[in-house]
Amino acid sequence: MIKNPYRTQNIAFFFLFLATLLIVIPVGLIVVLIIQKGLPAINWQFLFSLPRQGMRAGGIFPAIIGTIYLVAGAIIFALPIGLLAAVYLSEYAKDNLLTRIIKLAIVNLSGVPSVVYGLFGLVLFVVFFKFGASIISGSLTLGIMILPVIITTSREALESVPYSFREVSLSLGASKWQTIRHIVLPNAIPGILTGTILGLGRVAGETAPILFTVAAFYLPQLPKSIFDQVMALPYHLYVISTQVPNVDEKMRYGTALVLLALVLFMNLVTVIIRYKFRKKKKW
Amino acid sequence: MDNPIIITKNLNFWYGAFHALKNINLNMKANKITAIIGPSGCGKSTLLRVFNRMNDLIEGVRAEGEVLIDEMNILNNKADLVVLRKRVGMVFQRPNPFPLSVYENIVFGKRIHAAVEARDQLDEIVEKSLKSVSLWEELKDRLNKSALRLSLEQKQRLCIARLIAVKPDVLLMDEPCSTLDPQATSRIEELMHELKNNYTIIIVTHNMQQAARVSDDTGFMLLGELIEFKKTQEIFTAPFDKRTEDYITGRYG
Repeated sequence: MIKNPYRTQNIAFFFLFLATLLIVIPVGLIVVLIIQKGLPAINWQFLFSLPRQGMRAGGIFPAIIGTIYLVAGAIIFALPIGLLAAVYLSEYAKDNLLTRIIKLAIVNLSGVPSVVYGLFGLVLFVVFFKFGASIISGSLTLGIMILPVIITTSREALESVPYSFREVSLSLGASKWQTIRHIVLPNAIPGILTGTILGLGRVAGETAPILFTVAAFYLPQLPKSIFDQVMALPYHLYVISTQVPNVDEKMRYGTALVLLALVLFMNLVTVIIRYKFRKKKKW
Repeated sequence: MDNPIIITKNLNFWYGAFHALKNINLNMKANKITAIIGPSGCGKSTLLRVFNRMNDLIEGVRAEGEVLIDEMNILNNKADLVVLRKRVGMVFQRPNPFPLSVYENIVFGKRIHAAVEARDQLDEIVEKSLKSVSLWEELKDRLNKSALRLSLEQKQRLCIARLIAVKPDVLLMDEPCSTLDPQATSRIEELMHELKNNYTIIIVTHNMQQAARVSDDTGFMLLGELIEFKKTQEIFTAPFDKRTEDYITGRYG
């Protein structure tokens, strides 16, 4: 039998296309379903008022605010620390056994189940540091959870900056730190932001880490300080889906839609920032 | 003007266990162009990178002997690398502008070296540096465009301008024309002749004709040794050593 290279190629293309389709279809279906069932619930009152009648009526405003606080807190904590750690690991640390073990450990940490982070946060922040169940405990727990993602992606971004840039910068009399500050970091920002996007999405959507550290079951008021408990969208969704009987279906899907839209919106902002930087720096 | 600016005394250099430079003794004179020629792997780039200590970036290197630049031993541990590299700048084989605008490329050194200067001072430095590499007329309306859009020759000129803006005394050139076409090469060689009035230039090159065209003194290296070092005219017309003669007549290399 004579092999026809074009036929083999077409078969390969078909399977590659099929695989892509298998990824796109479920995602598309989820989005369509949530929009279809959730959109009728979305109105001014749903978005900006407090829940009433044991969460069977009213809005989800405290949960939206809670989630925004938690995301902001986690990023404020995790981004600087993660970035500094990444700079140290990729630029300063000698390539020896210890460094390699640390890098491997960080990569593995991103695979630890989130409920483990939740328990860790409970023990460390809520009990040991006596922060109680509060925004700060939750933010720090979520921050620790996304640190590995931020460190790993930032490290890769830093390491992908061409060696020749560093070489020239040093040859012009710049110190190592000036080279990192003026040449390496600006060129790594798009990659670092990618890590941040991944982190944002996880923080906004996780239930387990906030379960023990911050999330309130039903708290129809806004937080007054970072030491207050708050409601959060993912946990609220869990509560009204499984713990409270007779909640209107469209409220559940509406909540899911808001969560989805919030994450998409935050990603969009980061993508725009990343695009701006990409346009400026290109090699 | 015949006093040497760079003197090496019994310079030896190792990459780990590999003995890359063996007992190098030479004097390089100010405001001259000194060429280092030799086949691949002879240590000519290593020698060049000793003069601004760029070899320090590689782990496990070791140098012995003395390298005096204006009577200061730069191999000394206490030598200030920032000061050294400001004085002894480098042009690399591949043109490597930063992914910034033409303007920002040139003022990079100034910004790094803290001299917080006013905009008009920076403008002046940009103009002077670009003029000294004959790029001003071509680029004066494109100062804010990305340097990555320039042609290879323009990029290499820009890299030289970026270096000149730091006001070095010595320019180290590591095969600066090897990515350029013959016309661009000859224009860069012309530029080197002009720059000679204000700078001491040391060029490493694969291209013997280039060494013969541009340099005043030439050193021939082979397997880490400096075989011969004298006036360019002499080395190409009356080489002393058999190995030099074989190389420049094309028996190997």
